[in-house]
Amino acid sequence: MVDTREALMVARTSDGRTVRRPLSPFMIGPSYRPQLTSMLSITHRITGCGLAVGTMLLVWWLVAAATSDASYARAAWFIRSPIGYLFMFGWTAALWFHFCNGIRHLFWDFGYGFELPTVHASGKAVLAATAVLTVLTWIIVVVTL
Amino acid sequence: MNDKAASPAIMRSMLGRARGLGSAKSGTGHWWAQRVTAFALIPLVLWFVCSAIRLAGQPRAAVQHWAGSPVVATLLAALVIATFHHMQLGLQVVIEDYVHGEKPRMFWLLAMKAVTALFGLAGLIAVLKLAIS
Repeated sequence: MVDTREALMVARTSDGRTVRRPLSPFMIGPSYRPQLTSMLSITHRITGCGLAVGTMLLVWWLVAAATSDASYARAAWFIRSPIGYLFMFGWTAALWFHFCNGIRHLFWDFGYGFELPTVHASGKAVLAATAVLTVLTWIIVVVTL
Repeated sequence: MNDKAASPAIMRSMLGRARGLGSAKSGTGHWWAQRVTAFALIPLVLWFVCSAIRLAGQPRAAVQHWAGSPVVATLLAALVIATFHHMQLGLQVVIEDYVHGEKPRMFWLLAMKAVTALFGLAGLIAVLKLAIS
């Protein structure tokens, strides 16, 4: 038997056609035109998932430091390998994006910045801040290394 | 839809109103915890990135010395707890949104909780071991 909640999934488009409501991720696909707002929203999720993976690597580094010289050497070897550097660069870029866009979300939670021009301006500011912070982080790493 | 039907008093059941819960059962608690951990992570992440840059390329002894300080150990423990709580809440929403069907959704939610819980515990135990040794 079809679930009775299925009745809620039927909708009508503005030109009168009966359609099945799109399920998430409906922001990607034919239902919506790609926009800065939706693209930054999905990037927030993607970077969040990426950061989860990166955090597992940081836990490996912490556990290795707590375990032995040999296991710390293994973790350090991976971090300093080309793949390790690529991971760390991706991790810092994802971190700064999620950090800046997260603060943008917190402003919304306080009720600020909902006007469309402000939403677009803050979105562009998040992208700029991400680029600046990522480059700055790596300049500091290279200079102090 | 007319105004009467849109009234939240009519949309919600009496029991739901009495318990202060919507259809998501604990949606407000989830939303709130996501924000509280986000706020906590702003200073903690800034502190950790600065520390990580200073530790880059250093031998294990430097990490042990750094993490051996009670203040650093406290902040590291707070960072691990806030990060993993925030991560579980975030990944839960992603799974709930994109995995359709009750059984696959339940499977991925439980698998995600198990993996993140184990990694979070491993991180905490590593912090404690570094703090105490």
